[in-house]
Amino acid sequence: MSERKIRVLVAKPGLDGHDRGAKVVARALRDAGMEVIYTGLRQTPEMIVEAALQEDVDVIGLSILSGAHMALVPRILELMKAHDLSDVKLVLGGIVPDEDIPVLQQMGVSGIFGPGSDTQAIIDHIRKVVSLE
Amino acid sequence: MSEVTTLPPIVAAIRESRRALARLLTRIENRAAAAELTALYPFGGKAHLIGVTGAPGTGKSSLVNAMAKAYRAEGKTVSILAVDPTSPFSGGAVLGDRIRMRDLHGDAGVFIRSMATRGNLGGIARTTLDMIRALDAADFDIVLIETVGAGQSEVEIASAAQTVIVVEAPGLGDDVQAIKAGILEIADILVVNKADNPGVESTLRALRAALDLGHRAERIMHHGKLMTIPAAPVVGEDSAWQTPIVQTVATDGTGVPELLAKIAEHRTYLRESGVQRLRERASLSAEIEERLRDLLLARLIEQIGAARLQATIERVVERQIDPNSAAQALLTESRGAAEP
Repeated sequence: MSERKIRVLVAKPGLDGHDRGAKVVARALRDAGMEVIYTGLRQTPEMIVEAALQEDVDVIGLSILSGAHMALVPRILELMKAHDLSDVKLVLGGIVPDEDIPVLQQMGVSGIFGPGSDTQAIIDHIRKVVSLE
Repeated sequence: MSEVTTLPPIVAAIRESRRALARLLTRIENRAAAAELTALYPFGGKAHLIGVTGAPGTGKSSLVNAMAKAYRAEGKTVSILAVDPTSPFSGGAVLGDRIRMRDLHGDAGVFIRSMATRGNLGGIARTTLDMIRALDAADFDIVLIETVGAGQSEVEIASAAQTVIVVEAPGLGDDVQAIKAGILEIADILVVNKADNPGVESTLRALRAALDLGHRAERIMHHGKLMTIPAAPVVGEDSAWQTPIVQTVATDGTGVPELLAKIAEHRTYLRESGVQRLRERASLSAEIEERLRDLLLARLIEQIGAARLQATIERVVERQIDPNSAAQALLTESRGAAEP
């Protein structure tokens, strides 16, 4: 009997204090049967990647509304690589201008969900990209 | 180091790499690490296992954070297992204890793992025990186990610890609740956190009164004189340990050095009195019995067969037979089937 569950780290890097979106997503993922490690506001990239490593998550979900995603995301991806976490999927939510989306996807972000995204779309995306062996 | 070469690969790996430890913990949670657990068991037993439990809102996570910082200042390595309930409806969970532990970030001597109870068959307690054993074998000096003290399973988890700390806080409503919940009995040390809040005096009073009730030697006021009812002859353990009450303010570290001193005292007591061995023996024997029960049940159900089991259940549902007779009949039949 497999008791495998999808584990997701939900984190808010950067300095903006708007965590409603992150909390809504955290709750939606819980209601979808996932285990969500919620780390709260103002996380540094180092804190996020370290937490992802210790918690052995399948997915890191970032919420960035400050516009700093083009600085934060590459840094987090770099740290993930350095810690051998390349198999962990990175999902981004928040405010991301259209022109940045292909660039971020190119970098290795697995899914990007802007304002008004359906939480079911996020759940479906995570279930699709995480393969539970 | 020459010692390292003699370690089994899994033990060397989890001592070497935090990633390896994290992955092992996941396999344990998924009940897919029997071989690893067998290999690492002989290498545990050195860490001090400290359970921290209490009602929601008492500041357990902040206290665990403050304790971990204080232990790090003493040069001890610390791992934290933060256990939170799984939603019975969705099977998911939001684990938020790390929010209060952000100070510990960036310290290679600290490892934090959040865990959901998952409420699965056979209980959470055993999985947690196995997780604790992995952290112990990974050579941390201190393993802190944080649970919400609300249900039986949390009490069980806390009982896996050597030193159990029950956290209370003023202003959380009826002071008698804690006593009713029966959680004080498992406390080796009581902490009144948020001790700078109003109402701390009444919380302390209620706890002292509750503890006095539990003491073997009771002091009472009788005819205006303080009298002592002598203690009953010592039969059980714990007779020499009087549960102390420590006041803390976890957010600024007040009282934490005193708490650590009491924990150290308790550890010394456990070792010197022999209580530690007694307790370990009792909990291990209970664990073995439980595992045996599971194994037997699994084998029995296999022998009986799903179809026959289902048919019997139907008969019970139809009130043709009562549950006890049904179980008896199934057992008798399976015995017949097992004998050649």
